[in-house]
Parts: sequence; structure tokens; C-alpha cells
Amino acid sequence: MYTRSLLGFAVTLTLALSARVAFAQTPNLGKPISPADIAAWDINVLPDGSGLPPGSGTPADGARIYAAKCSACHGPEGKGGVNGRLVGGDPIKTIEAEKTIANFWPFATTLFDYIRRAMPWPKPRSLTNEEVYALTAYILSLNKLIGENDTMNAQTLPKVRMPNRDGFIVRFPDRTP
Amino acid sequence: MTMTPSDRAERELKNLEAVAGNGLLHRRAFLRGGAALAGAMTGYTLVPSAFGQQLADDAWSLVPGVPVPDYGTRSRFENNVVRTLTNPKGEPRTQHARTPHHLLNGTFTPNGLHFVISHAGDPDIDPDKHRLVIHGLVKQPLVFTLDALARYPMVSRMAFVECGGNSAPLFSLEPIQASVQALHGLVSCAEWTGVPLSTLLDEAGIDPKAKWIVAEGGDPPHLSRSVPLAKAMDDAMIALYQNGERIMPGNGYPMRLLLPGWEGNMNTKFLRRIQVTDQPGMTFYEARTYAPVLPGGKAYRFYFIQEVKSFITHPSPGLALKGPGFYEISGLAYSGDGRIAKVMVSADGGKSWAQAALQQPVLNKAFTRFRVPWRWDGGPAVLQSRAWDEAGYEQPTRAQLVAARGETTRVPAVTGFPSQHYNAITSWSIERGGEVKHVYA
Repeated sequence: MYTRSLLGFAVTLTLALSARVAFAQTPNLGKPISPADIAAWDINVLPDGSGLPPGSGTPADGARIYAAKCSACHGPEGKGGVNGRLVGGDPIKTIEAEKTIANFWPFATTLFDYIRRAMPWPKPRSLTNEEVYALTAYILSLNKLIGENDTMNAQTLPKVRMPNRDGFIVRFPDRTP
Repeated sequence: MTMTPSDRAERELKNLEAVAGNGLLHRRAFLRGGAALAGAMTGYTLVPSAFGQQLADDAWSLVPGVPVPDYGTRSRFENNVVRTLTNPKGEPRTQHARTPHHLLNGTFTPNGLHFVISHAGDPDIDPDKHRLVIHGLVKQPLVFTLDALARYPMVSRMAFVECGGNSAPLFSLEPIQASVQALHGLVSCAEWTGVPLSTLLDEAGIDPKAKWIVAEGGDPPHLSRSVPLAKAMDDAMIALYQNGERIMPGNGYPMRLLLPGWEGNMNTKFLRRIQVTDQPGMTFYEARTYAPVLPGGKAYRFYFIQEVKSFITHPSPGLALKGPGFYEISGLAYSGDGRIAKVMVSADGGKSWAQAALQQPVLNKAFTRFRVPWRWDGGPAVLQSRAWDEAGYEQPTRAQLVAARGETTRVPAVTGFPSQHYNAITSWSIERGGEVKHVYA
């Protein structure tokens, strides 16, 4: 079995190399695009904070925006409604345990990234960066992961230490850079 | 007394050497049995008695038929062959459409029956206005139109796409009675045609610091997933066609990222942007959703590969056997680690095994149909299939999988996802009346 595996790999490698040679002259039909022209789509926020935009928000700002734009689905003060709760969460003891921001999410940056790209569900991409910072601050504060007067911005958000940061095992280390 | 061909076939079947317990026959029994044996089969059951009915011309053969439509669809008698929907009104939650594997055969999934998971409905994308941007750690950020991509050298390949949560009901501590569609319907297989992603990344020029790409869709949640650069440069494709026609809206029209053998959710639909990065995005779906919790409370991260798996589709719950006699056991096997090397089938709950015939061609990271002839004696039987792939991986038993991954503490909803990446053996019990039940064995 192992021998066949290696043989398969060799064949694949040869094919891959010849394919790359065959495509050495590629069409080059992509048009150069400037960062300014990509800006509206350039919304990834990475765990080290790169991609976070200028701006800031506080839990108090976030509470007002939340009541207007989020509570219909996620319930008052993030306690849950037709969609998942955003506050609390028991320690994870079973495989089917509810994964919450407080008991599971490893990085606070994911909160900003996901709110900005996907929320509110009926009207994604309608929030300003300031509003996203404020909502992120409010939800982190509800979960007592930051203080109720803490401001979230590009410097402070990546420094928020999430409780389950080290709760993960990489499944395929040999394939994970 | 004269022997009819079916009498002779019956006798030949009886004489065939059983290769495993409870009536499993050699996988080439038919080929050896010849035409008489094949003629004795009428669909699923052996009917040895005389037909006893005079044939007459049927009404439909005596009048002109209906005009040929410009886009064909199946016979009205097949209208029951549909996906099952979890959220048909599009309420503000995810929708799932599952493939009816028990009503299909062969190895590729018709486009209208390919499974779909949609987190906010399918966007109505105008292909002329859609753009694909490649930027980040590249020498030159580029934007591509669909017209531009259509001029690139293309490749075609069969590939299964499987949701990381497919088969999740089998994490239940008790077997949930449901069809193979409900249990395993979040996997499908199609021929995908498009542009190798490596071609486009090479044109943009990858920075030596690059390790990942973060792919993003133009759907309302702007779903994004991180993919190691090595996979992006290996067999990843910007897929434009699905089984020969443009990709279905539910499967990512007008273009999707295809990562053969890797978790469905990573195969970003409606692909609009690829950022080349030095770190993963830790996006919602990789940081939270597709990080299955292990016994003890830790969770797996980056469970990229859909590991070797098989399940029997015929018979399966809902396809009751119509009396003792001959049946073909058949099902699907696939692996995200390569080609299927072998499938074994048991009719006695794993005590003895017969090697299944693999329908050719056996393709890399694609569905392989397996088949075994079986003579059911009408008694209790437990059918199982177990697959091996060319990388040497073996489909685990349920006990092995549960030992490593755990099971639920309560019976979950059949549509729930108590965990992900279940690839262990599925067992079907044949009851005395021919009914098929889901069991753990």
C-alpha cells in the first residue's frame, strides 16, 4: 500500500510539472487593480489585527445600535431569540455543547470580521466601521471579556484574550502552514 | 417438467459459492452466471413464476407524444426524486437541501439534485457584473471578468463535494431512523470544469511570505474561508461548469472555488475575492462552526479533509425488500485522500466480509459505486460497507470513531449537527418483512 502511494505521488508530480510547463505561457487576461479600487471589498480582518480599519466604538454606543439592529433576532442584551445567543455559555463538556463567543471563539477579531461581512442578516454590509467596532465592544463587554468602558479599535481589539484561545488541536499539522 | 430460464437461473444462484455469511455472493457472480442469470432479474427481485399476462399495446404507444422541450426534465413519474429541504420558506437561518442517494444510481449527481447549503439564500448574480479579485501578498493585484476566465486553458475532473457536517446524525448515542438522504445527503459528485487556480496565482505573482489564501464569496454573508497555499497551488480550481453546464445558483454561480476532497464549506461559492496572506483569517466558519468538539472539551481546528467513507444506498431505509431472493447491494465510496482502493460488504453485521466490485473508472476524490450480489434468505441481516483508499486509510467502525470523537448525550434532531466529520461505517438491519432500519452494529 505504501509503495503504491509513493508511486501515485511520483506520477502526480510528473503530471503537475508538465502541466505547469504546458501553461507557462498563460493568457494574462487579469487587469491590474489598485488597492483603492479594491477597498470596498477588502474586508478580511486577520487574528493579528491586520485589516482592521480606522475608527473605534464603546459598549455604550454598541448597546444603542444593538437594540435597533440586532435584538430582533438575537434577543435583548444578546440573550438569544430566533437566532443564537451572544452572551454566556456553559463550559464545554459534551461534543454537542453549544459553542458561544465566551466558551469557544478563539479570537476577538473574528467577531468584527463576521459582523462586518454578514450582519445584520437581512441587510449585510450596511453597518459603518464605527458601528461594527461598537457592536463588537458591546458583545465583548456583555460577556465580561472587556470592561464596560473599554474602547475597541485597531490597537485594542487584537489584544483581547479570548478564554478558549488555546482550546484547539490542529487536525492535520502536516498540511497546515 | 421443462426448466424455464428463470428456473435455471434460480438453480445457478443456489449453486453459487457464497463468499461471506448471510448470502453474500462473489462480486463477479453475474458475469460467471451468464445471460440466464441476468435474465432472471427483474429490477430488484427475482421473479421465478410465470408472467401470466397477455401483452397489449399501451395507450402512449398509439398516439404522437408531446413536443420536445428546450430544456429537458425527467419523466413526471420521477417527480418524487427530489431534495429534502430544511427551510423552504427562507427564514433567517441556514437552508439545507439533501441529495436522495437512495433514488439515484451511478456516480454523478444531477445538477438539480446536488446538495446545497445556503446561509442566506442564493444570490441572483449577474455574470457580466461579477468580478474575481486576487490581491494581498502578490506582486500585482488582478481582477478577472467571467469572459476573461472563459478564455483560459481549462481542466475537467470529477470530484465529490461533502459538507463537513454530513452524516452528523450518526454521532447520536442511539441510531436515528431516517433515510440515507437524511443521514448522508450532504454529499454529491459532479464533473467540474474550470481554470486551475495555480494559473491565476502565478500570474499575480506570489510573495515568498505567503502561506494561505482567504477566499470570499459574493453571497450575502460574504462567506470566507482560509486555505493553505499548498492546496491552492495543487489541485484547486476556479470552477465555472458543473456536469457540462454553468454552475447552478445553489452551487456557486457563476464561479466557485473547488478544493477536491476538502470540506465542502471551504469550496467557496460565488467566489469574488482571494486574498493571499501569511496567516489564516480565523473566519467564523473555521474558528467556530467547522471546529468539532472532542471528548474532554478541546476542539479540532482545520479539519480540511473529508476522510474515506462509504455507505450502502440500495437497499436502505425506505427501500424495503419485496421477499427473499436475489438483490444487488450497492452504494457509494469516496475519499478526500485519493482513489478508493477496496470496498468490503458484510451481511452479518461485520462477522464476515465479501469484496465488492468497483464500478470503473475509479477516480481520484470522486464517487466510486460499489456492488455485491446478495441472496437474501428472508432472515435477519445487518448490511455494512467499509472502504479503503489508496493512501492506505481505512474507514473506521462506529466504535473506533466514537472512541476518538465521542457521541452525543441525548438524541439530536435528525437535521442537527452535534459534531462534524463522521466517516464511520453505517449499518442497515433487514427486518423479517424486508423493512430496512438504521442500527448500530
